[in-house]
This record gives sequence, structure tokens and C-alpha cells, in this order.
Amino acid sequence: MRRVVVTGLGMLTPLGCGVDATWARILAGDSGGKKIDTFEVSDLPSQVACYIPRGDGSNGTFNPDQWMEPKDQRKVDDFIVYAMCAAKQALDDADWHPKSDEDQFATGTMIGSGIGGLTGIAETAVLLKERGPRRVSPFFIPGRLINLASGYVSIEHGLKGPNHAVVTACSTGAHAVGDAARLIGLGDAEVMVAGGAESPISRIGIAGFCAARALSTGFNDTPEKASRPYDKDRDGFVMGEGAGVLVLEEYEHAKRRGAKIYAEVTGYGLSGDAFHITSPPPDGNGGFRSMSMALKRAGLAASDLDYINAHGTSTQVGDEIELGAVERLLGNAASKVSMSSTKSATGHLLGAAGAIEAIFAILAIRDNVVPPTINLDNPSVQTAIDLVPHTSRKRDVNVALSNSFGFGGTNASVIVQRVTN
Amino acid sequence: MSEIGERVKKIVVEHLGVEPEKVVDSASFIDDLGADSLDTVELVMAFEEEFGCEIPDDAAETILTVGDATKFLEKNAKS
Repeated sequence: MRRVVVTGLGMLTPLGCGVDATWARILAGDSGGKKIDTFEVSDLPSQVACYIPRGDGSNGTFNPDQWMEPKDQRKVDDFIVYAMCAAKQALDDADWHPKSDEDQFATGTMIGSGIGGLTGIAETAVLLKERGPRRVSPFFIPGRLINLASGYVSIEHGLKGPNHAVVTACSTGAHAVGDAARLIGLGDAEVMVAGGAESPISRIGIAGFCAARALSTGFNDTPEKASRPYDKDRDGFVMGEGAGVLVLEEYEHAKRRGAKIYAEVTGYGLSGDAFHITSPPPDGNGGFRSMSMALKRAGLAASDLDYINAHGTSTQVGDEIELGAVERLLGNAASKVSMSSTKSATGHLLGAAGAIEAIFAILAIRDNVVPPTINLDNPSVQTAIDLVPHTSRKRDVNVALSNSFGFGGTNASVIVQRVTN
Repeated sequence: MSEIGERVKKIVVEHLGVEPEKVVDSASFIDDLGADSLDTVELVMAFEEEFGCEIPDDAAETILTVGDATKFLEKNAKS
């Protein structure tokens, strides 16, 4: 297959609007955790979430009007606005603005979401019941469909290559990066705008994940402490919102136009648990196989890994199962690898998580630094793997792997590497 | 402009995100104000909501300009 590199990055996260704004706060060990204040939570067990910081657009705040016309924002759920924001950043960063037929036809879009327009569906269902079908907007359907993130981005930027969207719950972002790289590798596109977007912080979203016993409930008064992967007091994940988008590009194409190259996507593995709808099997064999497949595709040994951005959502069961699978994968190399969960800071962005975390893995390579797992006061198990508690640390990072596992038993692992030639 | 005309104008400005100066009686929603077919469906719904009346589909098809809307609503508005 042809080589695929990353030439543009864009993100909107609970730590800021923009890659630099987010990364600085990640490295500083900040938390995006907040008390939920946008809807009634008194009857909900979990009352914390990681909101994107809204504002006038300065100092890393998110001003939606800078990214999408207000008249269009009205028609769509927030995940589409977030995708527009991250995609524009990534394309500007890559300095790729295709104008000719040839360039437009060669540039595709693959931005997914775990759930899509949940809020709009809930609100419209109420409207339908209370006021009848004549009040349902013509924009109800196109403003909620998951692939309309790709749809809007493609229209805005004239991207006429493959127009696709991944829907694999919390693996969405990682699958999007991996699958988009495949499309380039196989020659279906020269450039792909790939990633994920999610806007799940709503009463129905929190109620649903609470019912599945997935969310943290014991830190409602200390929201910045609620997401604490690997810590013995962890009690569920913290919902986050936002988007991550990468510009992936065929290596020679990027070199020809003198693009800045962040890293190469060399490995991609994917697997199914075939075990349970929300829990991984105790031996973590699905995650183990997805990581193994990614290493094989990259032509690497486990000992070549420097950094792993873990799925690590801060749930009781999931964190230790993933850790066990990673220990099995690394064997004697465990002590030379750093593995952190940036969800400790951002919360869990569901379908956007794999995309923003692939970006964090790339930035770890760029800056030779590993981001911390904050709130890791007392690890629940002993491990030889460096879990980077509390503070970021400088170290050589040339090869990084990012894990994402989703409801339905779907696993994805992406490997990015420093480009040396 | 009539009171109903002013309310029509306000809705059009809000929904289509256009400059108020462009919303004149002769302005066509699609040709002059950048609406697409879905926008026009939503506009008709917004008029129904604002003026408390039902605009049947065959009547909606004849409402192509700001003036058409004002004229229809001056006859049919209930609120």
C-alpha cells in the first residue's frame, strides 16, 4: 500500500478550541471537568461533564459563529458545528484548499460520530408528541444524520472524493483515521479529512449512559477529579464533547507540494470481541488482537512502541482489562513504554475520542513529550508500565499507538510514527 | 410596510440570515434571498407559527416572494 502521512490537525475539546490551546492545557495537567449547568440534573446520578469552553473565540474559547453561519447552525445538532470547526482548522493547518477538479476529486471526507444528533432527536420527539407532525422541521433529518458532518464539511470545502462516515461508538474516531488511511493507501483518494465529532451532553445522553452504569457518580462536587483512569477510586467515565479532525495525505503527494508532515500512519488494527454489548471480555483479547494487528501492519515489534494513548475511560472494569492486554502485548518491554489516558483531562468524547487521541499521540511524537494521566493518586493495580501520573514528561517518542474500544465489542488501534526519510 | 409585513420581514431575516434591506416585497426567497427548497418549507412553518394559521401545501406553492407571503397572511392571519 502507498504511504500515508498526517499533514493537518484540528480539534475542539473541553480544554480549548484549537490544537495549541488544547495541547498546552493537556501538558499542564488541567481538567475539563465541570458541574453540568445546561439542564436539570438533580434527578440524575451523574452531574458532571467536560464542556467545550464557549466564548468570543479568544484565548482558546469556542465561538460557533466563527465556524458556521448562524442560519446553518440552527439547522443542525452541535456535533456538526464542532466538525466544521475542527475540519477548517485541519485544512488550514495542512494548507490544502483544493480548487481544481483534479484536486477536489482526490480529496475525501470521513468524519464519524458515535451517536450523532441525539439532542435534536429528543427535542423533536417531544415536539411531535405535543404539537404534531406539521411542526417537524425539514432540517430535522439532515441536521441529525451522522454522515452530515462529512456532508457539511465536504460542501463547505469542495471535497468531492470519497464521502463517508464511521459509526462504531467510542471507536469511531480511530476507525475513521485508520479507514481513511486505507482509502489513500489503496488509491481511492490522495487526501482525506478524517476524524470524529460528538455532542452528547444532554439530559437524554446523561440519562442513557447513567442507565448503562457507565458514568462517574461519586464526584459530583469535585468534577475536575471525576475522570481518574487506573485510580482505585475511579467509578465511571465523564462525558465530553467536541471534535478532532486530521488531514491524511499520500506521502509523495505531501512531499510534492512541500507540506508540513507531522507523522506517518503506519499501523492499523481492528477487531471484534463477540462477547457483550457494553463490556469487554475479562482477558481483553479483542484489544490485544487489534493492537497486535496494528503492529503487524506497521512491521513493528511491541518493543518498538514508546507511547500508548490508552482507551482508559475511567470505568471500573475497562481500565484494568485494557492494561492487562497491553502488558501481555509488551511482555518484557513493559518498563520502557509510557501509557497515559488523556481522557483523565478531556473526559470521554465518544466518537470524537479516537480522533483527538490520535492527534495527542502525534503531538507526543512532535514534541517528544508524554501527556499525563491526571488524578491518578493511587493506581488500583501495580504495573511496570509508566502510566505518567499527574504531570507530563519529556521523553523520546518515535512510535505511538492509540487505542479505542467501543460498545458492541468494537476495537481499533492506530500507530503513528515519526517520518525520518 | 404593514405590521404583518414587518413581522414577515423579521422572520425572513432570521431564517435566511440575509440583510434586512434585501427583504423587499418583490424579493424571491429562492432567486434573491438564497433559500433552497427546504428553507422555503421551514419559512412557511415559521409563518404558520407566528400568525397562528395553517398554510396548506397548494397555497404554500404560490408563496414565492416576500410580498406573496405578506399578502397571504394579511388575509389569513389569526394572530
